Amino acid sequence: MDLKEKLLSSFIAFENQISMDSSLVSNLREEAIKIFEDEGFPTKKNEDWKYTTLNKVIKEDFSVFANTENSIEYKDVQPYFIHDIDSYKIIFVDGKYASHLSQTTHEGIDVCLMSAALNKPKYQAVIENYFNKIASKNGLNALNTAFCQEGAYIHIKKNKLAERPVQIIHFSTGKEPALLLQPRNLIVVDENAHVQIIERHQSLTENPTLTNSVTEIFADKRAIIDYYKVQNDKSEASLIDNTFIEQHQESNVAVHTFSFGGKLTRNNLNFYQKGERIDSTLKGVTIIGNKQHVDHNTLVHHIEPNCESHQDYKGIFGDSAVGVFNGKVVVEKEAQKTNAFQANNNLLVNDKATINTKPQLEIFADDVKCSHGCTIGQLDQNAMFYLRARGIPAKEARALLMYAFANNVLESVKIPQLKKRINKLIAKKLGVNIGFDL
Amino acid sequence: MLEIKNIHAQIDEKSILKGINLDIKPGEVHAIMGPNGSGKSTLASVIAGKEEYEIEKGSILFNGEDISELSVEGRAHQGVFLSFQYPVEIPGVTVTNFIKTALNETRKAKGLEDMPASEMLKRIREKSELLEIDRKFLSRSLNEGFSGGEKKRNEIFQMAMLEPKLAILDETDSGLDIDALRIVANGVNKLKTKDNAVLVITHYQRLLDYIVPDYVHVLYDGKIVKSGGKELAFELEEKGYDWIKKEVNQD
Repeated sequence: MDLKEKLLSSFIAFENQISMDSSLVSNLREEAIKIFEDEGFPTKKNEDWKYTTLNKVIKEDFSVFANTENSIEYKDVQPYFIHDIDSYKIIFVDGKYASHLSQTTHEGIDVCLMSAALNKPKYQAVIENYFNKIASKNGLNALNTAFCQEGAYIHIKKNKLAERPVQIIHFSTGKEPALLLQPRNLIVVDENAHVQIIERHQSLTENPTLTNSVTEIFADKRAIIDYYKVQNDKSEASLIDNTFIEQHQESNVAVHTFSFGGKLTRNNLNFYQKGERIDSTLKGVTIIGNKQHVDHNTLVHHIEPNCESHQDYKGIFGDSAVGVFNGKVVVEKEAQKTNAFQANNNLLVNDKATINTKPQLEIFADDVKCSHGCTIGQLDQNAMFYLRARGIPAKEARALLMYAFANNVLESVKIPQLKKRINKLIAKKLGVNIGFDL
Repeated sequence: MLEIKNIHAQIDEKSILKGINLDIKPGEVHAIMGPNGSGKSTLASVIAGKEEYEIEKGSILFNGEDISELSVEGRAHQGVFLSFQYPVEIPGVTVTNFIKTALNETRKAKGLEDMPASEMLKRIREKSELLEIDRKFLSRSLNEGFSGGEKKRNEIFQMAMLEPKLAILDETDSGLDIDALRIVANGVNKLKTKDNAVLVITHYQRLLDYIVPDYVHVLYDGKIVKSGGKELAFELEEKGYDWIKKEVNQD
């Protein structure tokens, strides 16, 4: 039985089992499973999936749900936390909430669980307004909607500031031979409110996992959201991250994606600007090797006038790694005075590494500034000679140049401890022991 | 300290150095002069170990050890320093981070621990004062947007930090105004001891007014065609290189 059939037959049992859903949610699930039944998993025939195939990933016999309660202790997973900052934590183990690792709150802000939000009447109004509103209705998102049970629910109310960052971490224990996870996050940031979020998916063994995650984010007027995605998973872990962001007037949302690991990673990052003077930032650093595959598929939809978007993705590809960047910017006729910038710069450090990069601009307004540029290059040999002539060995010199190449993306990370962690991850990834930002 | 014996070197199958001999002892300052295209910068690159150049014949001994097969960084660790004619711009790496990494990697190669931060800061402060370098300058990206003079001063600052045994200054005077030239030369002179040596490579005699050589060699068409004391530099300044070319071509 292939994965699609398995999922369709699992749905019937799943539907009977979750009785607490509101009629709204159960209707959405019904609708969603039909979409998935029609569309299934994307194939290369789909233009957006031309360079990334899920075939090798979905051939595994994934468990749709973890069978057992798999508990882990803090000491086993401590390295995956940014523990030198005071933070809220929403932690999941094999898709289930792990209260002993978490720290949630309802004091002025809600940092809690999707399961609570879906089931408790007091959240019903928010769910009705926001749940499944901006996630595209394609096969993968529909699959998540059909099966989603758990994830992070964050609601920052008007004029509130989440004083600590929120860490959302999904662990998989590897107790299942292969596990499918479908986290669902909803983040609503009201007028003039502010939050910082760090998201991570982490397998603890080499058993295959596939995460099909959907996150919907709403930024109301003048809201500020800093979102960081740390992707440094094990070699058999694959991730499809579907993130949708709706912004309103004068809001400012930045998403940084650090992709250093995993087998196959696909980031679908979509911004919809529904108001004036909005600022959207999409930045990413990808450093991969072996046969790793990272695909960034971005959309920025400029709908109203006087807005900005800044995209800057750096990629470093070694061995037989494959990178994909597909960045779409749409500027509607009404969106005059739009400033949209896009850059995708890549370094290929091995002859067998590949990058497919494709900017896509659809501009219907006539008074706009839009720029895009993509480069594919190799390390500058003169720079290598210069560094080595100062006593920096070849490996360290290469690492330093690669770090320098990615540095302007790192500069805009606003949580210093996270930046430090990212620097360490980069040093580790490049196999060197040097401090990059002394 | 440095003994170059009959070095022949080529790049892309084109011979550039055609039998160079050079002997530099501790405490000495040597100058290599010559017209454009004579192979001056190639000689500097070959001593520093640039891999694009192939050594066809000859040997390079440094403190008695043949370094001609040694990596670029290996030579740097032994104490060879090349001040670049065109220092490379490296956005994203600050001057401070660069020099700290260079210094600590050199220490690592010698089996030493990283330099303690306080000592590092002290040394940075001392050496930047010597080269009249503003502290703010040190937190800028390496060579990015630096003026010609700033780049060269930064090179000598790195030299001061690394304390090499042999410093090769490749056209360090090019792009310098007279004030920057004085600062750079003053830095080099202050770093000079009886145990280290300097090889100045230049087209013009100007720098040699400030860094006074013990020996001057004239390089032409890949060979040293004339050697002498510092007077030779004045002679070249006065008469140009044509008489050398004529002399060589007559032979």
